[in-house]
Amino acid sequence: MLNDQDRIFTNIYGFNDALLHGAKKRGDWEGTKRILTKGRDWIVDTIKGSGLRGRGGAGFSTGMKWSFMPKVSDGRPHYLVVNADEGEPGTCKDREIMRHEPHKLIEGCLLAAFAMGAHVAYIYVRGEFFREIEVLQNAIDEAYAEGLIGKNSCGSDYQFDCYIHKGMGAYICGEETALIESLEGKKGQPRLKPPFPANAGLYGCPTTVNNVESIAVAPTILKRGSEWFSSFGRANNTGTKLFNVSGHVNQPCTVEEEMSIPLKDLIEKHAGGVKGGWDNLLAVIPGGASVPCLPKSLCDTVLMDFDSLKENQSGLGTAAVMVMDKSTDIVAAIARLSAFYKHESCGQCTPCREGTGWLSRMMIRMVAGNASVKEIDLLDQVTRQIEGHTICALGDAAAWPVQGLIRHFRSELEERIAQAKSKAA
Amino acid sequence: MNDPKIKSFDTFSFNSKSKKEANICIAKYPKGKQASAVMPLLDIAQRQHNGWLPRVAMDYVADFLKMPRMAVYEVASFYTMYNLSPVGQNHVQVCTNLPCWLRGSDRVVNAIEKNLKIKMGETTEDNLFTLTEVECLGACVNAPMIQINDAYYEDLDETSVDILLTEIASGGAPKVGSQIGRRSCEPINGLTTLFDSSKD
Repeated sequence: MLNDQDRIFTNIYGFNDALLHGAKKRGDWEGTKRILTKGRDWIVDTIKGSGLRGRGGAGFSTGMKWSFMPKVSDGRPHYLVVNADEGEPGTCKDREIMRHEPHKLIEGCLLAAFAMGAHVAYIYVRGEFFREIEVLQNAIDEAYAEGLIGKNSCGSDYQFDCYIHKGMGAYICGEETALIESLEGKKGQPRLKPPFPANAGLYGCPTTVNNVESIAVAPTILKRGSEWFSSFGRANNTGTKLFNVSGHVNQPCTVEEEMSIPLKDLIEKHAGGVKGGWDNLLAVIPGGASVPCLPKSLCDTVLMDFDSLKENQSGLGTAAVMVMDKSTDIVAAIARLSAFYKHESCGQCTPCREGTGWLSRMMIRMVAGNASVKEIDLLDQVTRQIEGHTICALGDAAAWPVQGLIRHFRSELEERIAQAKSKAA
Repeated sequence: MNDPKIKSFDTFSFNSKSKKEANICIAKYPKGKQASAVMPLLDIAQRQHNGWLPRVAMDYVADFLKMPRMAVYEVASFYTMYNLSPVGQNHVQVCTNLPCWLRGSDRVVNAIEKNLKIKMGETTEDNLFTLTEVECLGACVNAPMIQINDAYYEDLDETSVDILLTEIASGGAPKVGSQIGRRSCEPINGLTTLFDSSKD
C-alpha cells in the first residue's frame, strides 16, 4: 500500500485550503522556475522516463504525446488543451483535483505548455461543474496576481495564459477532436485523424489535449524525479493513480493508490468491502462505463493496471470501479449503459448513430427476456458492426459493455429468455 | 423551437452585466476566433432569461458574434444544458446512470415525483420546479445525487431528497454537497489514507 508521503494529491478530500496559501504549504509552485530553466527537452524526457500514461482512458504515454509537438513554431501558435469534460459514468476524480488541488493543475499547465512551446492553455470543464469552475477560476486569478502565470511566469520570462472554457453537457466532447470542435464554437462532432491535433488541432494549430490528472501529476513528477514515480506499480504501468470506487461497496470513495494494486485490495482496504462480503460480489466494471465487466472469478486476482485488465479483456480506462453485488440485475445494468450511449452518440457516423439505438432497444428486450436465444448472437454481431467502424471510440465504448455481458453472463440472458417463454406458454 | 405552447418573445438583448461577462469571454480567444465564445455567450443569455433560450436570444448571440444564425441554433440544440423551452425556478436534474442506479436512484426519482407531484420532464404548476433525467454528472462516489440549478446534492436517499425539496419549496437554502455529512469523496467510516490531512 502506498505511503501518505508518496501521495501526490494530499488535499484530495478538501480538508485543507484549496487555494494558494494552502497549496504552497503542500509544495505547489515550489521550484517551478528551476524546472523551467532546465528546458523543454528535460521536461519531456523526465515525463517520458516516468512512464506516465494518459489518465483519461486511452493510456498513451504522456511524454511521448508532448514530444509530437513541433520543436520549432512555423508561425502558428501552439496550444495546450486540458480535457476536464469528465463524464464517463463512474468517474469523478478530475472534479476533486479542480476543487481541492487546483494549483497542481495550473502549475502542470504552465510546465506542460512550456514543454510544448504553447503560450496558451484552455481548460475545457464540463458546465455542470459550476462550483469546481469557481474554485479553479479563483486559483487562476491568484496565480496571475502572484506572477506565477502571465507575462513573466514565475520570473522565467515565459508568457503563459490559462483560460477556462465551459462545456454545456455533451459526453462526446470528452473525445479530443470533438472537444476541439466545441472549443471552436461548433457542435462537438469528432474529426477524422489524421491530421492529428499535434499537427492541426485548435484553429488548425499544433495542439495537445491531455486529461486533468495527467497534467496535475506532472509538477510532482518533475520535482521528485521520474524514478520516484516509476517505482510504483509494475513495468509499463507505473505511478500512482486516483481510483473512484462506486456502487455496492460499504464506503464508496476516491483514493490515490499505487498502480497495479489488486482490485480486491482496492475494494476491501479503501471502499470498506463489497456489501455483504466479497462472496456477495457479482461483477465489477473496472474502468468506467466503456470497458467490459468482469465476473467475480476474475476480480479475485486481477490487478488494477492497463496490462492486467487488458489481459482479462477489459481495460483500466479512467480507473472508475463500479461494483455490483449479487442483488444486481446485470442485464438491466448494461442496458442502462446502452441507453446512455444512445443518448450521447453525436450522430455523425451511421454505425454508431443507428447502432447505439439498436443496442439499446435489443437490451431493453433482453432485460425482460423478450427475445430468442438466436438474438444473443445477433446482438453480439451488431456490436461488432459498430466497433471499429466509426470516427471516434464512442462506438467501441457502446459495443464493449454489451460484449462483456454476453461473454460472461450469457447463461443469465438465456435463462431469462427461457423464463419469459415458459411464462407466456 | 416552434412549440406553440411557448410564449414567443420579440426581443432580447444583453443587460449591462451580461454584456460585461460576454466581453470577458470573447477576450479569451484569439482575434477573429470569437465564434469560440458562442457556448459561454448562450449560457450567459440563458441565465439572464430565466434559464432558457428563446429563439430571439440565439439570434442576438449570433449577431453579437457575427455568426450565421443557423450555426448558433446548431450549437444550442446539440448541448443538453441549453433549455430551448421554459424551465421552473428550480431545475431538478436527476442522474439515473449506473453508479447512481446501483445505489437507489430509482427510489430517489420516486420520492421526487411524489414530493413535487409531477413526472419526469414536467414542471410544477407554480413554476417552482422542473424535473429532468440526466446522464452521469460526475459525482459517482457520492451517488445517488441530483443537481438543482448550479448545486450538487449528494449521498441522497428517499428521505433526504424529500426534506431537501420541501426546504427549497419553502424558500430555504439547504446545504449543498453530501447529505450524510461527508466533506467530499472520502470514505464515510473514517479515512484509509492521508491520516494527517485534517490537521494541516
